Amino acid sequence: MVRFIARRLTIMVPLLLLISVITFAVIQLPPGDYLTTYIAALRESGAELDDAEVENLTAQFGLDKPIYVQYIRWMAGIVFQGDLGWSFQWEKRVNEVIAERLPTTLAISISSLFFVWLLAIPIAVVSATNQYTWFDYLFTLIGFIGLSMPQFLVALVTSWVIYDVTGWAITGLFSLEYVDAPWSWAKLLDLLKNVWLPVIIIGLAGTAGLIRVIRGTLLDELRKQYVVTARAKGVSERNLLFKYPIRIAMNPVFSTLGWLLPSLISGQVIVGIVLNLQTIGPVLLRATLAQDMFLAGAIVLILGVLTVIGTLVSDICLAWLDPRIRMGADA
Amino acid sequence: MRRPAAASEPETRAQERRRRRALSIETASQGQLIWWRFRRHKLALTGIAVLALMYGISLFAEFFSPYDKQARFEGFENSRPTPVRFFAAGEGLQGPFVYGLERSVNRETFRVQFTEDESAPSAIRFFVRTEPYKLMGFIPAQVRLFGTDGAPVFLFGTDRLGRDVYSRTVSGARISLLIGFGGVFVSFVLGCLIGGFSGMSGGMVDEVIQRVIEVLLSIPTIPLWMALAAAIPRDWSVTQTYFAITIVLAVVGWAGLARIVRGKLLSLREEDFIRAAKIAGATSTSTIVRHLLPNFVSYLVVHVTLAIPQTILGETSLSFLGLGMQPPAVSWGVLLKEAQDLAAVAQRSWQLIPGIFVVLAVLMFSFVGDGLRDAADPYQ
Repeated sequence: MVRFIARRLTIMVPLLLLISVITFAVIQLPPGDYLTTYIAALRESGAELDDAEVENLTAQFGLDKPIYVQYIRWMAGIVFQGDLGWSFQWEKRVNEVIAERLPTTLAISISSLFFVWLLAIPIAVVSATNQYTWFDYLFTLIGFIGLSMPQFLVALVTSWVIYDVTGWAITGLFSLEYVDAPWSWAKLLDLLKNVWLPVIIIGLAGTAGLIRVIRGTLLDELRKQYVVTARAKGVSERNLLFKYPIRIAMNPVFSTLGWLLPSLISGQVIVGIVLNLQTIGPVLLRATLAQDMFLAGAIVLILGVLTVIGTLVSDICLAWLDPRIRMGADA
Repeated sequence: MRRPAAASEPETRAQERRRRRALSIETASQGQLIWWRFRRHKLALTGIAVLALMYGISLFAEFFSPYDKQARFEGFENSRPTPVRFFAAGEGLQGPFVYGLERSVNRETFRVQFTEDESAPSAIRFFVRTEPYKLMGFIPAQVRLFGTDGAPVFLFGTDRLGRDVYSRTVSGARISLLIGFGGVFVSFVLGCLIGGFSGMSGGMVDEVIQRVIEVLLSIPTIPLWMALAAAIPRDWSVTQTYFAITIVLAVVGWAGLARIVRGKLLSLREEDFIRAAKIAGATSTSTIVRHLLPNFVSYLVVHVTLAIPQTILGETSLSFLGLGMQPPAVSWGVLLKEAQDLAAVAQRSWQLIPGIFVVLAVLMFSFVGDGLRDAADPYQ
């Protein structure tokens, strides 16, 4: 097991490096560098900048160096000082901007993951054991529709219906009086009151996909000889299901995390924007609209790294769950 | 024992048909086999029919919409959909007509509201002559599918500038539906080239390409799309933006396809018939064209069909966020941008109507893709 984890960790290093290269490419992408924009903005706002000051700024941000040096400087800053750069839009360090929003973002993403599991596993099991019944068809249909609806539309329609029926408008994670308040029990309770709807909306798209995978695996398993033999020997349907087939059908719960996590985080960003949540989504949108590329890049980097770490955890869980994978890696 | 002739007759016919079919299955080409299986998939057939209709309408959008997509109706800003009526008081059933809308301010809520003016009905006429316009941008035409003489008809209401949402939805279909093909085409070419190269060369090159694909698949798509789309200059023309968005969507999209191409290539390379072809002296070009490609095509087609709706959703989401197509371009995402938040939706729910078409298009593509996937392997 230790060797398995060590092996996965070594594979992770090049992945993380590649993510950082892609992120850096994203930061460099807009035509003209951000400093030019920044200086233009400074001049517009009436600040007097002579050429020497411009050169100073250029040197300070390392923009006079070749591109790979810039990349190394940027990476070194992140790895050794944890410095993600400067946000021109917020006029703060990127770290500070993100730090405020990261806990809520993580909390929502992880809760929606658990919500997906909680919903998908029972539905998939019932669908598979009652194949071609109305229940099965109903959830196949809902799954299809769930996968075809853009998530921002789901968020808009749901919040609208709720507003129309109950008169309750969802505007963010906290009620107005708690937005700027320091953390307290009351604020936490308020958060719990508001957070469930975003969690459900973010989870729905992933649920549809996961149901199909688990249902498929379980159906394959239920058709196997050992199940037939056990049934012939008079094992009760209940034991038959829970002894082995379910355990094998639980593998996708972890093996699908590789695509489930990115889709949850994608959904989290866009639903966050629509429902105006205090998460990283709206920050990313404003950063991209203003071409504040250090901030946008840093967010993509963090989300990417989080996903890779999540996938690593899921691999370890899978190895723990399924000895075949563990043994295969050790051999 | 004899059965009545009438009952046994259709049965033997069905049997005969089955026997004939069994015979022909042995000689049918792969294409025929796929078609036979696909034909049985009713949802997929529905999907094809609906999509054909949608693409047809989007191609001749100007004809199917009563007004120009940019035409503003002053005094009708944010109007709700005009109800189409068939009954007039005291006159019974008649052809479809609308009442003129009157704008007034509600004394209690202080909101603008539109009420029907029942004194002035105007009939909806079909194939009406209107101002000359250019069909598909270059064919001069004058006839539109429907229109009215007097009061304007807004099937889906109007937006905040008084433009007909129905006409705009029909026009927006063109960009929204075609970007699916554009984006998928680029990722298709990239995916086949890179995936093929990766599978053929193997070794270090393969390893590196595989890692890149893994990373691209593990980065959440929407944040990556957003960051990439941020680089598109806002002052670009509609065509330039369109191509830029296509490329942004494809940059992420090729990875999945490349992985499929490579995996299939690696497994096929070991097959006996490929080895046989090589031993028989076939050149590598003819091996690829005659033996590899036919085995590939069905998988590629399935993957492409399932990738198109993802691209449509991508464009819609980006445009909704204001990072995709920019006005004056009209796409479904641009239209949905009007319904930006709860307040807008609660007051003007008709602006969500374009979203129904996004869902419909994506759903139909999923059905077709599903049918193709079942049919792609006719030997199962």
